[in-house]
Amino acid sequence: MESMGTLTPSTLSRTDLPWQLAWSREKCTLCGQCTAVCPVRAIELGVHRKRVVQVGLGLAEKPGNVFSVYHGIRQKTEPAFACIGCGMCDLVCPNGAIRPVRGGEPDKLRFHNNAGGVPRRRGGRRNDPRSLLDEIKFIRISMLTDPALDAGRHDFELRTLLGRILPPEALVRAVQDNGWIPPVREIYPLIIGSMSFGALSPNMWEGLQMGVAYLNEEMGMPVRICTGEGGCPPRLLRSRFLKYVILQIASGYFGWDEIIHALPEMKEDPCAIEIKYGQGAKPGDGGLLMWYKVNRLIAAIRGVPPGVSLPSPPTHQTKYSIEESVAKMTQSMAMAWGFRVPVYPKISATSTTLAVLNNLTRNPYASGLAMDGEDGGTGAAYNVSMNTMGHPIASNIRDAYLNLVKVGKQNEIPLFAGGGIGKNGNLAANAAALIMLGASGVQIGKYIMQAAAGCLGSETDRCNICNIGLCPKGITSQDPRLYRRLDPEQVAQRVVDTYLSFDTELKKIVAPLGRSTSLPIGMSDALGIADATAAERLRISHVL
Amino acid sequence: MCRLFAVTSREPLSPMTAVHALNVMKEGHDGSGMGLFLTDLGGSFERFRGSPILSGIFSNEGLRALDRYLMDLDFTVKYKLSIRPAQIPPAGTPKRDNYVVRAYDYPPDWLALPQEEREHRLMLTRLRLRQMGEADGSMLIFSFWPDVIMIKEVGDPMELAGYLGLDHEELQARVILAQGRQNTNYAINIYACHPFFIQGYATMTNGENTAFVPIREFLTSRNYAGYTGYQSDSEVFTHILHYTQKGLGLGLDLYKHIITPLKDGELGHHPNGTKLKQIKQACRPLIIDGPNCVIGCLPDKTIFMVHDSKKLRPGIAGGSPGMFALSSEVCGLDAAIPARNKSTDIQPMKYDTVMIPPGRDEVIRWNQWER
Repeated sequence: MESMGTLTPSTLSRTDLPWQLAWSREKCTLCGQCTAVCPVRAIELGVHRKRVVQVGLGLAEKPGNVFSVYHGIRQKTEPAFACIGCGMCDLVCPNGAIRPVRGGEPDKLRFHNNAGGVPRRRGGRRNDPRSLLDEIKFIRISMLTDPALDAGRHDFELRTLLGRILPPEALVRAVQDNGWIPPVREIYPLIIGSMSFGALSPNMWEGLQMGVAYLNEEMGMPVRICTGEGGCPPRLLRSRFLKYVILQIASGYFGWDEIIHALPEMKEDPCAIEIKYGQGAKPGDGGLLMWYKVNRLIAAIRGVPPGVSLPSPPTHQTKYSIEESVAKMTQSMAMAWGFRVPVYPKISATSTTLAVLNNLTRNPYASGLAMDGEDGGTGAAYNVSMNTMGHPIASNIRDAYLNLVKVGKQNEIPLFAGGGIGKNGNLAANAAALIMLGASGVQIGKYIMQAAAGCLGSETDRCNICNIGLCPKGITSQDPRLYRRLDPEQVAQRVVDTYLSFDTELKKIVAPLGRSTSLPIGMSDALGIADATAAERLRISHVL
Repeated sequence: MCRLFAVTSREPLSPMTAVHALNVMKEGHDGSGMGLFLTDLGGSFERFRGSPILSGIFSNEGLRALDRYLMDLDFTVKYKLSIRPAQIPPAGTPKRDNYVVRAYDYPPDWLALPQEEREHRLMLTRLRLRQMGEADGSMLIFSFWPDVIMIKEVGDPMELAGYLGLDHEELQARVILAQGRQNTNYAINIYACHPFFIQGYATMTNGENTAFVPIREFLTSRNYAGYTGYQSDSEVFTHILHYTQKGLGLGLDLYKHIITPLKDGELGHHPNGTKLKQIKQACRPLIIDGPNCVIGCLPDKTIFMVHDSKKLRPGIAGGSPGMFALSSEVCGLDAAIPARNKSTDIQPMKYDTVMIPPGRDEVIRWNQWER
């Protein structure tokens, strides 16, 4: 028996890996591009020895062996270099000689990617492609008694409100008495959710910002983008484009030194302040920017030394109760901008959402609530957090909305839903379903990365290496060699394309429902689902 | 589709004026029901202008329960109109025991109450009676209010008028709202029949209200006892009107701005844009979205008409000093007021509100850009 070399418990074969590289010797030109592009160095030069048995005619010559060598690639099998299925090799191969193929059975890698006792960390999203939102249908079609509207020709008013809205009686009093009316923003109901400068590459951030500015200034669509926890580039803080930006503050307070210092020089107020208490991808866990991505630029904006991991605490360290959080953070943030800017918290969707919401209803400065469901994405988190922690968004938003209806405040505190919207590409349908369940708008992250920049991640564990700064598309990398692959102008173009097509699809949903003059928030009579349990839970129609 | 007709006249009219108008618009409704709202009453009821009048349909047992309940509250019957239907109801109309229109004297201890409180108690009494009759259908209550009579029934309006004897000389009013057709989108339910009434406000609607559910949720969550019912999606129009005026103290011009606000871009150049935008935001759940023509009557006897923001349902106003009408179709107007200057007829458009104040001198039109 030949030696097999060292066999360790974590020695895996290609079959044990989630992705196997299918390579064609005939097509390969040995250009080496796949090897160069592979973000995890799963491919190495392979020098293969081959034996050919040669048998001559007749008996005069004895059969012999000819040993030859050919060159090609070899897939590494060490867990640290396991193929992630990103497919960049396929993208760059001039002859289509190589591509990753998913293994036929559950991989064995999952039992071994915790070397050194460190559990697997990754970026991306929950590895579960199922979506309840995709099952919701729009059933109340206007027919004859109330003709359906024309999505292409009628006027549509599809904006939503972000900000605390006074009850009508209080508003009338405030108008009469010249009292304080909380700031309210009229915005497009599809918000680019919080992805930090740091989590995203500079080119990606610039592309998103340019796209948002174009949508606002050229297309008349009041689209807003949230910074995430990582501060905001100083020039943007001092530009007129700040009004399209929601500044996020989270438990690490990264970047807020810069923001506070820029306050006197701001030409415009930001759209709003989002106080992050949690996120859907890793609820109850703080933010995380791993050291790979903390270069000098990121470090400068965040006010930290370069090259260190930046974990935000799971909670705001000075706050031990919701009352404190609301009183201290919401009110002081509101005060910092002279009560001209809406301030609202963002939480992970949770079975305790209503406790948070009920407290917010009692504070006049709380301007809304963003809820991020279990299908939310992240740049870095523990695999276990992503896959198993969190609450689905559909029932959480429904419960929150119906709770507001119960206390008559459904128009006073807008709810924003995030987490898994458009995870299978059905962005407008998912957004409309959540709006009709009670959301005032939705936040997206992964979808815009996929649509605007070609993110390769999936709910079946493809790529998902946002955390280590090796994003092969340059979306979540801070390495200029990678992020220069991404042209900000083209990202901006795709952002605009995405929003325009979303707008058309949203109209194609609401027009047949006979809705055009206001966003159909809470129009639950339009919704149906074949799953009787889900219908009962969401209080929508059960249809078969 | 529903057909609507409202008339306001200095001289009292028989409800037959409105029934005839509905009849000429018959091609536009299916004759499955009729609702009448009469106010500024003439005939015998004119003498009891301050007394609350109960309108409804009662079984014999229901009538006994009514008497017991109101006597316990110390209401006393002051006057009643006898509606004696013919023996055999028209096809589709159920046989009822009693159609009741009765004027009452207030309980003595109510007389010292502030008007607001008395009105609130009247509404609660109506709701209580409605609730009492709901289980077994023994009482159907349409209104309990001074100077208001309401009659509703399933069937063809003209046939119903003959069956119920609506040409009764006692039945006279200066303001009449009439609607033909039941709400056929849902099961036939007499409470789904327009016009709807609350505390002196009445409206009826042609069309569907696609934003019904969020509006209903908003109204019911105001914690106001009167905002209930909603067997028809059109009832919310009446309650929004009541909420706008009684709850918020705003005028009819704001009613239009609340149910069909201008777009955000339009409000940017409206002289009153800032305030209107704030009201739009605060009243966002009350924005209607259906194809609707709403005709209504205010407690001061002003009648009005407004449309949805795309004007997807027709409506016309016309007449001459002393008598004006609002109608779904011009043929209804022609039938009621043939001798008028038709060139002054108004077909209000999407921004318009038309109203005829109780003086009946003219049709007043304003549009949302003016106020």
